[in-house]
Order: sequence, then C-alpha cells, then structure tokens
Amino acid sequence: MKLELRGVTKRFGSFTANDRISLTVEPGEIHALLGENGAGKSTLMNTIYGLYAPDEGEIRLDDEPVSFNGPGDAVAAGIGMVHQHFMLIPVFTVTESVALGYEPTRAAGIMDMKQAREKVLEISGRFGFDVDPDARIEDLPVGAQQRVEIIKALSRDAKVLILDEPTAVLTPQETDELITIMGQLRDSGTSIVFITHKLREVRAVADRITVIRRGAVVGETTPESTETELAGLMVGREVNLTTAKEPGVPGDVSFSVQGLTVLSPMDKVVVDNVDLEVRRGEILVIAGVDGNGQSELAQAILGIREPVAGRILLDDQDLAPLSVKQRLAAGLGFVPEDRSTDGVIGAFTVTENYGLDMYDTAPYAGGPGNVALRLPVMRKAAQTQAERFDVRMGSVDDPISTLSGGNQQKVVLAREMSRDLRLFVASQPTRGLDVGSIEFVHRTVIEERDKGTPCVIVSTELDEALNLADRIAVMYRGRIVGIVPVTTSRDVLGLMMAGVPLDEAKQQAATHHTMLSEADETAEAEENK
Amino acid sequence: MTDSGPQPGTSPAQTSKQEGPWAEAEGRLSRALRDLSQTSWLVTVLSVVVALVVGAVLILGANEEVQGSLSYFFAQPTDFLETSFQVLREAYSSLFRGAVFDWQASSVERAIRPLTETMVYSVPLILAGLGIAIGFRSGMLNIGGQGQIILGATSAGFLGYALSLPAGLHVLLALAGGIIGGAIWGGIAGVLKARTGANEVIVTIMLNNIAIYLLAWLLKQDWFKQTGSNQPLSSSVDESAQLFSLLGSGFRIHAGFLIAILATVFVWWLLERSTIGFEFRAIGENPEAARTAGINVTKATALVLIVAGGLAGLGGAAHVLGTEYRIAGGIAGSLGFDAITVALLGRSKPLGTFLAGLLLGGLRAGGVLMQAQTGTPIDIVLVLQAVIVLMIAAPPLVRTIFFLPRADGRPRLKKKHRRRPQAAGTDESASRESTLATADSGSAPTTTQEADK
Repeated sequence: MKLELRGVTKRFGSFTANDRISLTVEPGEIHALLGENGAGKSTLMNTIYGLYAPDEGEIRLDDEPVSFNGPGDAVAAGIGMVHQHFMLIPVFTVTESVALGYEPTRAAGIMDMKQAREKVLEISGRFGFDVDPDARIEDLPVGAQQRVEIIKALSRDAKVLILDEPTAVLTPQETDELITIMGQLRDSGTSIVFITHKLREVRAVADRITVIRRGAVVGETTPESTETELAGLMVGREVNLTTAKEPGVPGDVSFSVQGLTVLSPMDKVVVDNVDLEVRRGEILVIAGVDGNGQSELAQAILGIREPVAGRILLDDQDLAPLSVKQRLAAGLGFVPEDRSTDGVIGAFTVTENYGLDMYDTAPYAGGPGNVALRLPVMRKAAQTQAERFDVRMGSVDDPISTLSGGNQQKVVLAREMSRDLRLFVASQPTRGLDVGSIEFVHRTVIEERDKGTPCVIVSTELDEALNLADRIAVMYRGRIVGIVPVTTSRDVLGLMMAGVPLDEAKQQAATHHTMLSEADETAEAEENK
Repeated sequence: MTDSGPQPGTSPAQTSKQEGPWAEAEGRLSRALRDLSQTSWLVTVLSVVVALVVGAVLILGANEEVQGSLSYFFAQPTDFLETSFQVLREAYSSLFRGAVFDWQASSVERAIRPLTETMVYSVPLILAGLGIAIGFRSGMLNIGGQGQIILGATSAGFLGYALSLPAGLHVLLALAGGIIGGAIWGGIAGVLKARTGANEVIVTIMLNNIAIYLLAWLLKQDWFKQTGSNQPLSSSVDESAQLFSLLGSGFRIHAGFLIAILATVFVWWLLERSTIGFEFRAIGENPEAARTAGINVTKATALVLIVAGGLAGLGGAAHVLGTEYRIAGGIAGSLGFDAITVALLGRSKPLGTFLAGLLLGGLRAGGVLMQAQTGTPIDIVLVLQAVIVLMIAAPPLVRTIFFLPRADGRPRLKKKHRRRPQAAGTDESASRESTLATADSGSAPTTTQEADK
C-alpha cells in the first residue's frame, strides 16, 4: 500500500511539532525517517497512527485521502505500529497478546483461542519468526517480544508497518535479525516506515531516507549518502560524530566493587557477584542491553539500593554504612538514568534543582542546624554554573520543566560536578539528548576524567561506549560477561551483550559479520578517504 | 520517543522503581492531588461565583414567597422576578452583614462585630488548614485534621483546667500540649507511612474515628472531666489558660487570631525559606529525585505529618482555649473536614489558606444571621462549600462554564484530539506532560537556539 503525507502540520500551543511534512512511502519500500531526538518523528508517526489529528494537511492511502479518529481506524485501514516501548501485557501468552483487541469469537461470544493460535503459527511460519505461541511474554527475550508486536500488526493485515526506534533495545545480532525480517516483509509487499536516529542502521536497511529537523523535512536521500552527510542534514551543521579524546592516563585503582549482589524487590538476582576496578583518570563504560542489571548496579553504588552481598570501596573506605547523603558528601557525583523521574524535580526552579543535593550545607544553608535556606546564594551559584555549562534557559527562576532535555541534563551535570569529586557515576547520561548536547556531555565527562576522577558510565548505546570508554565492561543478566579494551570490535561486543563469553564471542565474530559492523567498516573507509 | 519509564518486559532484570499497579495508582493519586491543590487563582474565584449562583437557586427554591409567585408565573412573570430579586438580595445581604459589616446595626460596636465573629470562626480553620496545606505540598493527603484537632483540643483543654499555673505560663503550656497532642496523632500516620508505606489517607481516616471514641471515653472518666456531674462535658478551662480577648468583653475575638497570623508567616517561612521545607516540597513533587539527591525521604515523610498534626492540634487548642472553654464530644464539629476545603481553596499556599479560612469563617458567621433574619437555612452555607470544592476539583468544568481557554493553550472542545494511550485516564497535567513528551521532549525550540550559536 502506498502511504502519502501532504503538508501535514501539527501544533501544540505555539510549538509546531510538525511543519508541512510531505513524504511518500511506496509499496514494498523501507522508508527511513531520520531525525534527532526532538525533531518530531514520533509526533508524525502518532499522527499517521490516528493518535493525533493533523492541524493541516492530509494523509493518503493508495491515493485516497483518509482521516482517522483513533488507532482503531488506522489499524482498520491497514496501518500497524510497533512502538519503541512495547505495548504488551507481561503475563499474557503470545497468542493472547496477538489476539488482544480483536479477539476471534465463536458462537455466544466465546473466545476462539485455537483460531488465534493458528494465526500466530501461520504468520510466524511465513516469516520464519520462531515464536512459541504459548510462551508467556515476560519469559521472552526483548527481540522475541518485538517479533510478537510485529506479528500482532501483521495479524491485522497491516500493509504499512511503522517501527518506532525498533533497535533501541536490541543487541547488534538481534538488530541483524530484525533487518532480515524487515527485508522479508518488504519483499512480500509491506511498506515499512523505520524511525531512528542511528545513521548506521539507516544505511544498512533503508531504500529511501527522509531526514527531518525541527519538525520539517530537510532532505530526502538514498543510503548511498555518507554518514557525515546524513549527520550534517540531521543536525543542521557539521558534526563530529566521535569526541576527540586523548587516551586516559590511568593512575591507581581508587574505586572497586567486590562480589556485589543485589536483589530486586521480588528477590530476583539482578546484580550477580560483580567485581569491578576503576583507576583514577579512567572511564569504565558498563555496556549492555537495557535491563541487565546496570541500573541496579549504579543505584547500589549510590546507596538507594541495598546489596545483599559484596563491598563497594572508594579509596579503601567501605561505602556500605554511609547514607546517600553521606556518599554524595564524600565526593560521589551521580547522574541518574532517568532524568525526569530521578534527576530533576520538574516543578522546581533551575536554582532549586541545582541545589537539590547541597541545599542543607554551607554556603546554601545557614542558621542553627543549617535550617535557613539561603536562596540568593544558591541562585547566584546556579547562575554562574549555568553559564559555565552553557545552559540555555530564560532564567534560573524558571521551572526546570520548561528547559529542553539537553539543558536539563546540563543542570544535572553542573550540580554533580560543582563539588570536588572522588568518583563520578552516570547512568545513560545522553539518553534522549540531541547531538549537540551529547557532544557536550561527552566532553564534560572526559574533562572530569582528565582531572583524575575515576568515572563509571552505564550506557546501552554501543556507539557511546566505544566513543567514551577507556575500558568496557559488558553486563548480561546481572553478571559481568567480560571487561575488554575499547579497541574490541562491535561484533564481539554485540555477542557479549547477548551473554556469549569473550573467547567464544571472538571465535563467532571471526566467522560472521553483522550488517552493522560491515556498515561500520564502510564508514571508516569513507572517513579515511 | 525517549521517555524511559519501566516497560513491560525489558527483562531479565526489570527496573523495579515502581512496584506494581499499587505504586502506579498512588502516583496517579498524588498527581491528581497536586493538580487539585494548585489550580489557578482564576478558577478558585470563579468557583466561588458558581457556588453563589447555585446557592441562589437553592435559596429561591426553598422560599415560599417565590414558590407562590411561581404558581402564576405565566400570568405575571414580573412578580416572580421581583420576588426572587428581593429574596436573594435579603439573603445575601444578611449573609454579608453577618460576616463583615452590619450597616443596619444600632451601634458601631455591633456594626463591626460580624467581622470579629468571622475571625473567631476562622482561627481553627486557618490553623488546621495550614496543616493540611503542608501535607498537600509534600504530596500527602492528610484527611486526619479532625482527629488531630480533637487530640489538640483535648490535650490543651485538659491542661487548661487540670493544672493551676500563673496566667502566661499556663496558656503557653496548654497551647504546647495542644500542638504535641496533634503532632502525636499526625505522627502515628506519618511514621506508619514512612516505615511501612501505609497509605496516609486510610490511616488518618481511621485515626479520626479512634480520636472521636477516645474523646467519648475520656468524657466518661471523672479524673478527666473534673466536673463531678454525669454530663459528657469537661470542666471549664481556668482563666489563666484562656487566650486573652483582643477587643474586650463585647467581642469573642481572642489572641488565637494572632496565633493564626503568626502560624501563617511561620508556615510560609518553613515551606519557602527553610531547608526542612525544601525537603518537604522535594518529596512532594518527586520523591524519587529527592531520594537520589540524598534526602532522607522516610524521615521527611514522618516529619511532614508531625508538623501538619501539630498545626491542626494548635487549631484545636486555640478553639478550646479561646472560644469553647469546655471539651464536649462534638468539640471539633466539622472543622477537620472544612480545613481540607480551606487548604484546597487556598491552593495550599499559606496566604491563600489564611484568606480561604477567613472566607469560610465568614460564611459560617454570616449564615447564622441569614438564618435568623430571612429564614434561609444555614445548610445553604454547606452547599456553597461543597460546590466550591466540586468546582476546584474539576477545573475543566469551570473553564467550560465560563468559556475560558484550556490551561495548556490548546483550543477547547477539540473533539479530534486524542491522548496517547499511556496517558489515558490520568489527569490533565499528565496529558500536558505527555504532549510535551510526544513532541519528542518538546526540545525543538531550544535546539533551535543551540543550532544557531
């Protein structure tokens, strides 16, 4: 089916999220929609999927103008969507998940699970999906859950499939499988809209690429464009995709984690006997697919999660008896993974957020027992630091929720780095940021390293890990699979992220290259030209 | 999309920040609560207007003259209109004369007396309202004002007649006893919530009942009543423990009003200018971020309800030591629940709460005169209060009634607008947040600036 957008505009108040966007997706085409975080990709897709009504413009399917009053209409018209965060119910089986929303029924409204099950088997067989229709969603790996979402869309006869950042949660090998599936779907005539901000993937799979920036289409191109060209289009200026950094000058080991084990509230082991050593002036990146215990490890270091075994030592001092506040005071800088829930208080001003973990110490507090808040002092410090960290904002008295994600993150960094640090820990410090902010965050972390601070960065993005790390520790199901130098290939790292031990990963990688690492090599060759 | 809440199935080790649907429901409750306590001034004022209109309809409905004129409405509609106008004017003007200034009074003293009566009624409302407001600002729905007032009043009253001390000391001690009584009652809920995660709404409601029956039991004990009679009524507070009168014997206004003013200033300082209040507000707005920043959420949670209870207890103490003098079973009336209205109406701000306390006190004082002079039942005042709360709880309703634009600047009644499925069923601000999030974190405008540098 041919999907065509003509001048689609969507506004939220005075903010135009989509500005006269036109694009055409031909039948049997993989059309990549490339843009930064905040460029308006998801808004556009939600408009196509009927979640928003466009303020202007029209959507055409096979040259017929259509208007959707909700996702139900869109699905009926043959549009399927796989959201970045899957809309699945963990305790349902695959069959139940696929049937949910259009349950086939027999007489008297009894559900016909047999029919539903056959449908799952049929689709899964047609594309070689290898999904057990009776498995429970929560027992499936993320890649398989994604396939369930795709089956769900196909079972409703989707002719246009929208994939919203589908690779964000996958290992490189899983991504490879997804790319194969996308190829099969294309060959069977399904049109695919592939939303991403990752240049490599786009070049590996897309037939055509539309780049959007600040809500408007800035160019349409083919996968033959180089990465630099695509990045330039996407960001609107020339960008360095890799942050220039000197190799670190590691000193003594000053931070170590020994045999650390952490349980989830349901008593599942989420961090399993982890050992780590970080030297002064070294960045250790903990890589891995989201949800393999990295967040819990970081939380245990901060002290908001109690380990059941093991020790955390900073300069030979055991952190166990210290509260979060004491750890911060002892020189721990911590950037939490989820900015909006853990990093900042949206309704608080920039000043208050800046002072969030220093508010009760001099010079920000005074009087008996430091009970009086000295807001003017805090305000002035926030002002100075905001300038140093180049925070773009109206005033430090504005609620921080009025700032963009990148600028909020800069406030968090400014706060954490305004103290004298002995250890810096950041979880996903660039998640959801635009390219400019990512560069800034990376530079800041490297500066902190160069001051001699040991740094632990949790990242699910392999690009970031390779870019920032001096060493990479790969984590899978709560365990450290291996700690490798930054020169390790993507293929090996990808396999390790799926739990394959280092030696085995090396062997496997020697015989099989993923499409992404091939794209990687091409990109390097281009750069060297 | 880059929002990163815990998702179904990012296994094997799910982020378990929010544990199950219960936590989610709580999150929704606290969001709804925050919205409720932070509606705009305009909505608040318009809610009062709507309440007055609804009240007017009820006053007319209850009036026999109006009913009479309605029976021949089609023959002579002007009669009905005239009567209605007369009745309404009398009712609302007597409400005003009873609450603020009586221009028909025979002496100056009597003319200004209504205002002082309003103040008298408002003292416990303001003090307890401040306690509720602190809870709201800290993300806690303290329904226990009633129980805390009872405990405060009981402790203060008992100390007031059981001890004999010099005048100044006695009243101070009795007030302190009231604060401690309320603080203990609030503290029980606070410590339970902080230590075990018990829902403060349920615990405080239960504590209200316990307080009522505790008082009923006490009023059967001779050591407590110290009256020697069988009446469930305590002895009268010694003069040395009474709050002194501000304007002499012709008026009931007492030093409690000064305490209410001081408490308002104190609560403002506590919330806006102290490190303790910083913690309170932080855990109210985002407990996760507060915990990550090293704030001891457990301690702060307990402290919030201790302080809130202390203020409500002080309200009960001022009520006994300044107005009632004797402890009876119904000492708290409906003060504890009216205090919730006061805090909501005052948008959980100290000054707003003070003014809202005066308004409700005025309605109470004026209602008495209105009933006496026009026969309009004083229950109308309760209806007014109820309608105000209803309107504040549903800002979109008020906006619709007055054709105001939506809070988020989008045009009203846009039928095609759809919420994202995740946001469905939550409140308005959540949908606003999700809109921003859907616009890819809404960061495009700032990205513009960045790119232009």
